[in-house]
Amino acid sequence: MKRNSWLELGVGIFMLAGILGLVFLGLRVSGLGVGVPNDTFTLTANFANIGGLRPQAKVTMSGVRVGKVTDIQLDPKWFDAKVTMELDSEYDGKLSDDTTAAILTSGLLGEQYVGLTVGGAPDMLHDGDVIHDTQQALVLEELIQQFVSNMAK
Amino acid sequence: MKRHIAALGRATLDTLSSIGRAGLFLVQSVFCLPSREGFHLWLRQMHFVGVMSVAIVLVSGLFIGMVLALQGFTILVGFGADEALGQMVALSLVRELAPVVAALLFAGRAGSALTAEIGLMKATEQLTSMEMIGVDPLRRIVAPRLWAGFVSLPVLTVIFGVVGIWGGYLVGVDWLGVYEGSYWSNMQDSVDFVDDVLNGMVKSLVFGLVVTWIAVFQGYDLIPTSEGISRATTRTVVYASLAVLGLDFVLTALMFGDLG
Repeated sequence: MKRNSWLELGVGIFMLAGILGLVFLGLRVSGLGVGVPNDTFTLTANFANIGGLRPQAKVTMSGVRVGKVTDIQLDPKWFDAKVTMELDSEYDGKLSDDTTAAILTSGLLGEQYVGLTVGGAPDMLHDGDVIHDTQQALVLEELIQQFVSNMAK
Repeated sequence: MKRHIAALGRATLDTLSSIGRAGLFLVQSVFCLPSREGFHLWLRQMHFVGVMSVAIVLVSGLFIGMVLALQGFTILVGFGADEALGQMVALSLVRELAPVVAALLFAGRAGSALTAEIGLMKATEQLTSMEMIGVDPLRRIVAPRLWAGFVSLPVLTVIFGVVGIWGGYLVGVDWLGVYEGSYWSNMQDSVDFVDDVLNGMVKSLVFGLVVTWIAVFQGYDLIPTSEGISRATTRTVVYASLAVLGLDFVLTALMFGDLG
């Protein structure tokens, strides 16, 4: 019987290691939050060109991470990209109405992310609001094209 | 000429009937676990198939993670993108390497042993004597092994992934000097729990079922001689590895084909 209980202990530790490993993969590797779902608020912004922005990309303000991109879709009305962002709720009602959003790149070839810059308007952004003032991603081909056509003049 | 065509026909029929037998065998044995005694048999097999495979999975996971970080670093540093090391290590481990390499190791470590064990039981007519005294060998011998393989391969895959990411951390951060914060935050930005981690788990569930199925079926269906056992053991490892690699492509195409 003693041998059997050792065996059960071994299998128990094995399964426990599997569960703990899955928790590690969830929390530490894929950055799954354990917080309640309503500790964020949602903003949307329309960009003319998102470049290589993807869902899960970070949203920063002065370089500090304040949220993430949750959804990117083509707006069927204007045919531009509608980017949905989730921001920490502590900034709800603290960002001014004329906040600008720009798609930036970390490093020369790094991941792309959204950078927010606060304006000075008296009205504040709340859950579900739209950021109107946006700056599209820098597309290298367009830059080179401009450069070449300027050279030709 | 006629003889050759007949041989082709015989080979086709043999293959088809073997596939049919394998399918029937799976259906018959998969649904006979839930008894108290069956649970203890399953537990014993979990120990043999799962717990005893932890050591090889730990060591190979650690080394594969370390090699990934080393190779990835030398490539990424050429683009000045060595911050993306964590992302590269985690994605390639969680999506591909952990399920596939763990399944290949599992086929070699546990699958061949299952085939040889059941094959020897058949060669020494233990299976026949069980049937004589009214014990169903599918329920008594095959089902616990099948379920043990099905449950333990995903657990081994998780352990492989975690150890591999830790190995990548050791080499990338502690040795090569990638900034620790960007190792983890790049990883968290790019790895999605459902798309990447859970899809990897689905892969390893499929692999676990297929590898143990091939192993126990090869053992159950072999020609009961010493040569038959050695052939069946070889076939287990070869078929299981090929099945894992082929299925991996199909599953990857289904899961990640539309992610771009």
